[in-house]
Order: sequence, then structure tokens, then C-alpha cells
Amino acid sequence: MKQKLNYLKETPSQTAGPFVHIGLAPGAAGFDIYNQELGTDISGPNASGERIRVEGLVIDGIGSPVKDVMLEAWQANAAGSYAHPEHPGDVEDGFRGWGRVITNFETGEWGFDTIKPGPVMGRNGQMMAPHINLWIVARGINVGLNTRLYFSDEEEANSADPVINLIEWERRRKTLIAQRVERDGATVYRFDICLQGDNETVFFDI
Amino acid sequence: MKKPAEFYQRDREWHPPALDRNYKTSVARSPQYPLISLENTASEITGPVFGHNDFAPTDNDLLTNYAQPGQAPVGERIIVHGRVLDENARPVPNTLVEIWQANASGKYRHKKDAYLGSMDPNFGGCGRTMTDSDGYYYFRTVKPGAYPWRNWVNNWRPAHIHISVFGTGFAQRLITQLYFEGDPLIDQCPIVKTIPDPDAVQQLIAALDMNASIPLDTLAYKFDIVLRGRRSTLFENRLEGN
Ligand SMILES: [Fe+2]
Repeated sequence: MKQKLNYLKETPSQTAGPFVHIGLAPGAAGFDIYNQELGTDISGPNASGERIRVEGLVIDGIGSPVKDVMLEAWQANAAGSYAHPEHPGDVEDGFRGWGRVITNFETGEWGFDTIKPGPVMGRNGQMMAPHINLWIVARGINVGLNTRLYFSDEEEANSADPVINLIEWERRRKTLIAQRVERDGATVYRFDICLQGDNETVFFDI
Repeated sequence: MKKPAEFYQRDREWHPPALDRNYKTSVARSPQYPLISLENTASEITGPVFGHNDFAPTDNDLLTNYAQPGQAPVGERIIVHGRVLDENARPVPNTLVEIWQANASGKYRHKKDAYLGSMDPNFGGCGRTMTDSDGYYYFRTVKPGAYPWRNWVNNWRPAHIHISVFGTGFAQRLITQLYFEGDPLIDQCPIVKTIPDPDAVQQLIAALDMNASIPLDTLAYKFDIVLRGRRSTLFENRLEGN
């Protein structure tokens, strides 16, 4: 008999179910219990960089908006630093870079306000284009889905991005690009996520 | 600054597949194309950091965090406790653990829950805490009731608590469910059965822990949570710079 390695196995995932809001956004479930809900402010008041809004739908294989999704965003600040002790660079006071958003129960629309992140150093000295990491859970999603949101006005950086370029099917790369629009003087990026179909969003096994 | 290292790859055969036809909602919500495998970068290795300012110390006590003064929720009083570890069996300290659950009659405090089970005015159904320096966490709550759900005509969820855990990197982010030892509904549940490996299912079943119970007061269940482990940097990796 060979020796045992004695690694533990990761706890298997289970769906977040339809009532994820009770635990992670109780206000949306219809009650008030915590002093503060977490993840409602991604960038804080002091972050430098362009103030933006990100909006979208999560769309299922039928073409219907998914109305019980929770998304989490994880992003660097405008200088490309993550609010994490292992990442170089400082972030502004109050910048956490993490947020949590749920969809409107009637329309399926979700959206959050933040600042546009800067480019982040990737592997092997290759710079990654500005992006927001997204994690999507819902009823019917057995393991949370990871994707990245890139920005339509960063064409040059996107075309050199080592992660986008990893996607062999070039026509799928556009599913990761949020479209910039100006609305009432504000910058809004539209990012619809398709779980299935011709425009299925690229999801990553990170 | 510590040398960052990648997480071990996720064992996708241990987790449920995206599509399981017996869990009907997964059919239209499961990506059809393969996931694109991504070697970890700073974006995956880092993740949000939480502190004691983010929540109240009483947020982990579901017996009191929504109850009227002097009252208590109906149901079997239990402690749920355990450690958050990584695959290297090392504790994960100071990480946020959040839970949510139905009350003792299987009813959720949620405007979209239409089940006829009764609402408990003294039970909210959510809690949160941070692991201590040994990765240890605990909650006090009531044992949730089973409830029916629309899948096949007569499917019932076993008693369960939903659990969300962070770890130190976004790649460790995990939501799962805790089940209770001895529940005959576990083996019948299409959501449990999305997990293909019976040993993996066992990992989601909390054990009755008489040693941690409080005589004449509260029963206890032990539930350890394992997050992805990190590669150690025996040899230079090429994650940062060159
Ligand atoms: Fe549930």
C-alpha cells in the first residue's frame, strides 16, 4: 500500500436556492434584521477613478430573465490594486472592491454603482485589461458561475488581455464586453449574462 | 508580502454538474459550453476581507437576533459549530460565514415563500459570524423543518441550512447546504442527488455532537467546511512578474 496524501476534499457546492436573499440581502426578502447589510457599497466615497454604473440581466436558456439571482462583484481600484493584503499597492479608505447585488423580482434587472477599475498585472508579467470579476448564484445553478466583465471603451487593452485571448472561439469573446452608454450625464455599462444559447456568456473554471 | 500561490484546481467531479435533469430548474440555467479553465491570477487569489465592524457579535444567535425581548422561536434548539479548513487541513481564520434557513415549520421569512407552514414571529432565519484564529465558528438556532417544493409533484427538501463562505480568495467562494444526520429525506432529494459521489454527500451531513450540546438546554451538530487549498511555493512559480 502506498502512503496516504491526507488532503481534505472541498465541501461540495449546493444551489443557493430561491431564498438566498434571507441570508445575504434580508432587506430584499422583506425584513430588517442586521445593522448593516454587506456589499452594498463597492468603492466607498474616497475612491478615485471614473464613477460608473453597471447594469444587466441574467437570461436563461428560454430567453427569460432570471429573477432570483444574486451576483457578487470583485474588482481592483482605479490604480489596479485589490483591497487584499497579498496584493501590492494601497487602496483608498473605504474601498473594499466587493459588492453584492440582487435582481429586481419583477424585471430581473440588476445594477450597481462603482468606480471603473484599472488594469491589473496578470501572470508572467502580462497586463490584464480593466475588469470586474463576477460570481453568479441562483436557484438552478448548482455551482456558482464565474465570469469577467470587461469594458467596451478599452479596445486596445482588451485585445491584449491574456484571459480574453485564452478563449479559443473568438466570437464568444464579445460576451465578456460590457457596452458603454451615457445616460443623463452618467456612465452606464450594460452587461447581459446569458446562461445558455447562441450568446452564452463565457464562464470560467477558476 | 507573502508569495502568492494558486489554489488547487476544483474537482468538478466532486461538485454537482451544472445540468441535472432531475433538478428541473437547472435545465434552462446550466451553461452548455465547457467552462474555460483559467490559471489563477491576482483576480482569483485575492478576495474581500471582512472585520468585526461588519456585523454585530450577536448576529450568530438566531434564537435571539429576531425574537421579541423575553421570547424565543419555536423549535428544537441547536448549536451548529465546526471549523473552516482548507484542503491542506489548515484552518481558515477570520473568514465570513453566513447562514439562512427555514423556521421549525419549514417556512422561510421571504415574501416569495408561499408554503402554508406557519411564520414564527420570533425567528428571522439568518445569521453571520467570522471564524476565529483557529477557523472555528458557531451559531445558535432552531432545527429547520422540511418543506415541499415544486419539482416532481411530491418532492420535499430535507431539513437544511444554507451556508455561504468566503475564504481568502475569490476562487474559494462557496455556497452549500448543511443536512442533518439521520434525515430520511436526504436520500430522496433531487438537489442532494445533483452531487454524483455518495462520499461527497456525506460531507454535507452534520453529525449530532452530544459532547458540544448543553444539557437540559440545546443539542449540537458539528459541521466542518473545507475550502480549496493553496499550492505551496516549493519552486518558483510565475504568477507575479517573471
Ligand atoms: Fe432552502
